[in-house]
Amino acid sequence: MAALLEVTDLHAGYGPTNVLSGIAFNVEEGGITALLGANGAGKTTTLRAVCGMIRRRGSVTFAGERIDGRATEDIVRLGLAHVPDGRGTFVQLTTEENLRIGALTRRDRKAVAADMDRMYGYFPRLRERGSQQAGTLSGGEQQMLAIARALMLRPKLLVLDEPSFGLAPLVVQDIFRIMRTVNREEKVSILLVEQNARLALELADQALLLETGKVVLGGPAAQIRDDETVRRAYLGY
Amino acid sequence: MEAFLHQILSGLAAGGIYASLALALVMIYQSTHHINFAQGEMAMFSTYLAWTFIDAGFSYWIAFVATLGISFLAGILIERIVIRPVERAPVLSVVIVFIALLVIFNSLAGWIYTYTIKSFPSPFSAGLFPQNPYMSPHEMGTIAVTFIVLILLYAFFRFTPLGLAMRAAAQNPVSSRLAGIRVGWMLALGWGLAATIGAVAGMMVAPVVYLDPNMMAGVLLYAFAAALLGGIDNPFGAVLGGFIVGVAENLLGAYVIGTELKLTVALVLIVAVLLFKPSGFFGRVIVTRV
Repeated sequence: MAALLEVTDLHAGYGPTNVLSGIAFNVEEGGITALLGANGAGKTTTLRAVCGMIRRRGSVTFAGERIDGRATEDIVRLGLAHVPDGRGTFVQLTTEENLRIGALTRRDRKAVAADMDRMYGYFPRLRERGSQQAGTLSGGEQQMLAIARALMLRPKLLVLDEPSFGLAPLVVQDIFRIMRTVNREEKVSILLVEQNARLALELADQALLLETGKVVLGGPAAQIRDDETVRRAYLGY
Repeated sequence: MEAFLHQILSGLAAGGIYASLALALVMIYQSTHHINFAQGEMAMFSTYLAWTFIDAGFSYWIAFVATLGISFLAGILIERIVIRPVERAPVLSVVIVFIALLVIFNSLAGWIYTYTIKSFPSPFSAGLFPQNPYMSPHEMGTIAVTFIVLILLYAFFRFTPLGLAMRAAAQNPVSSRLAGIRVGWMLALGWGLAATIGAVAGMMVAPVVYLDPNMMAGVLLYAFAAALLGGIDNPFGAVLGGFIVGVAENLLGAYVIGTELKLTVALVLIVAVLLFKPSGFFGRVIVTRV
């Protein structure tokens, strides 16, 4: 499989503080890659750096194009959808408007309408809440909305930052199930940052382990799952 | 009774102008959280442009449309050239830039057109509306224009993708970038629209107050009071505030305090709103956890 996203020697941080010191990894096309690590390892920072949301240095290639010098909105337009931590809901707009925002860069109106229906199919709760202010949705519903909004872009790569954060186990299962469907049926590659390592390793094909701004381990998810030493040392289960 | 009704209705006409300018203020406030103090002077300068066109022999409506177009582009240019560099600057720096813009436009108008008062034509002739003792044709025209502007803006923001993108960008710039929206351009467009709305307000008020470089000072104050009263982050509130301020100003001026003290109404209102209900009637109260 070819690499959809190639990161080499990426440095990034906030203000004068460096969080990533030269990390490197690939995300394969068509697969699900999990980025694991403890709090403060630099997982969220990695996603932000890839999407150009913070100061960064190094080489990032997405679908054959260098994106490390580009603005976030241009990177997104290449087909990289990012569901940020905190979900990024447009709280004063309706659920439906939130979804339409996800497709604002698209010109194929009919397909957009069809995609909207597809999203409501994945997340029937969103259809019920269509005309409701998105800020009044529950945490789980807002997470569904954030994923649906990202998918409305018809991305090649879906980047998710801790989709399970603060959600009930049943809702998390639901969301993970839909991620698998999206990956298999719509051929959307996924890069997933997750605290819940057990869950992430079940879903992912590939996994990367991040420690204090460096990738310390990478390989097939099954292999990492079965390696008891790694699991105990880094993943705590 | 007839005089009372007349006061209310002409208050509504003035209120429409305040509402328009208040809307321009709100538009920029929503996306940047700054009050553009130069909004009035920009409107005044636009009105001088219209006067130049009319003076050169163009018909009123050609001058009107041309002025709107130029104001729109000028608004975008001002954002790109003057406001963009201070985007991340502290509030005070931005306020200084706004005041600088105000002074620049004011002096520029004085320098080019002199400070002598000019008359500005009204496009609404007596035959356009049914004759009545309560309102002049210009007052009725002003109200009509205000409503047209409001409806167009509402339709634009509510039903077009660009309008949705602008609302999104104003509300959550980070998320908007992640949806591929060019937030910087949305801000510039907002400035263009605000300048255009201001130009309409200027051209509507000029036949009443006459054209001179200081003509918008009072109007801006009323518009500011209107925006605050309705809630500075709520367009509907700002419009309603505009009409309330217009009527209140007229009634108080006619029956209570006299015309000399009319402008005080705006100031008292501003202070009262800030003291007792800082979020206005319809504004969002933002609670921050500390």
